[in-house]
Amino acid sequence: MDKYECTACGYIYDPELGDPDNGVEPGTSFADLPDDWLCPLCGVGKEDFELVEE
Amino acid sequence: MKRRIKNNVYWVGKVDWELQHFHGFEYSTHKGSTYNAYIIDEEKKVLIDTVWSPFAEEFVENLDQEVGLSSIDYIVINHGEVDHSGALPLLMKHIPDTPIYCSANAVKSLRGQYHQDWNFQVVKTGDRVSLGNGKELIFVEMPMLHWPDSMAAYLTQDNILFSNDAFGQHLATDHLFNDQVDQCDLFNEAIKYYANILNPFSPMLKKKLEEIAALNLPIEMIATSHGVIWRDNPRQIVEKYAQWADNYQENQITIIYDTMWNGTKQLAEKIAAGIREADQEVVIKVYHLAKSDEADLITEVFKSKTVVLGSPTIYNSMLHSMAGFIQLLKQLRFKGKKAAAFGCYGWSGEAVKQMTELVEKAGFTIISEGLRSQWNPDEGAEQAAVGFGKNIATS
Repeated sequence: MDKYECTACGYIYDPELGDPDNGVEPGTSFADLPDDWLCPLCGVGKEDFELVEE
Repeated sequence: MKRRIKNNVYWVGKVDWELQHFHGFEYSTHKGSTYNAYIIDEEKKVLIDTVWSPFAEEFVENLDQEVGLSSIDYIVINHGEVDHSGALPLLMKHIPDTPIYCSANAVKSLRGQYHQDWNFQVVKTGDRVSLGNGKELIFVEMPMLHWPDSMAAYLTQDNILFSNDAFGQHLATDHLFNDQVDQCDLFNEAIKYYANILNPFSPMLKKKLEEIAALNLPIEMIATSHGVIWRDNPRQIVEKYAQWADNYQENQITIIYDTMWNGTKQLAEKIAAGIREADQEVVIKVYHLAKSDEADLITEVFKSKTVVLGSPTIYNSMLHSMAGFIQLLKQLRFKGKKAAAFGCYGWSGEAVKQMTELVEKAGFTIISEGLRSQWNPDEGAEQAAVGFGKNIATS
């Protein structure tokens, strides 16, 4: 699954890890994150994330 | 003036005795501040951070006289904010090709502020730069502590952590070290700094402290970018941060109100009396918001288990001072604290419900639906306020 990077602070959302501190199970794709999910580092919304080209 | 902090490491910063406000007018600095910059003088000569832009000229002049600008091999910028990077534009006019070691996000913040394309050398956590004489600088990224660009640098052998804003305090002093200043002043300023600047990032801070502990670096000195350097038991401030990052609270209830004709003030005092009747031990503090310093109030909220907010109703709403203050509470992302609202009104009386809704959205747990009192409180209303206070004390 694709990783996404926060353009504001550089946090990488890795679907394999999810975001358990904020109730997101490992294995959750970026597309399946709730619309109100925020960057756990700097607090911006999903629209400020970009696909990480690998 | 260059001052030795350890072996070949020197402080070359600026003491700002006159600073009264910081971040524009958001943060009061009653005791001034310092902008700490450092020189490491090994085979390679390294400048760590600079000072706020109004002091750029004297900083660069001083650096030239005491160190020699052309002898600086590397610059480390731990954080791009202007109070630390403000002398870079002038400095780089003299030594334009000198490599600047910083995080990828600091390249963005420095370019964004100064519109210059300097010789940036991007570093990540664990990257090392050799300074000769067997010493190295190791970099540790600290994103969102408190900007995306923040990082720290660790000097091996001397075992100094250059932590930038982390562990700092706005405290002007001619002494360099934590054991040389009044300890009340020091910890009051350290906790205020944490509450007002770092509290939103407490979850990241907890992880970062664990990450730094796992690196197993012996830390003998923490050289911050504001206030004193921690040389006497530097672990004490790391331990404090671990406590502060963990939904910190003391046994304190803080009442913060604004008032027009003193009716809401009268309620505030009766609520305080009720809290005291029910609990002899709890610390109670009562503040008139419009007459108080908001950054100091935030420190009191940080220490509180419960905050009680009061405003009369005006134009179907609360006083704007209270709306602004609740917005500040929201931004600072307090966790694990309780709240309740109260206020007088003449005819419509919406403020209490609105304050309750806003402070709940700001992350506080609501104790009750709040206390409203029409016109000026009579004896019955005062008794209700005492009862409200008792309920808050026991909730």
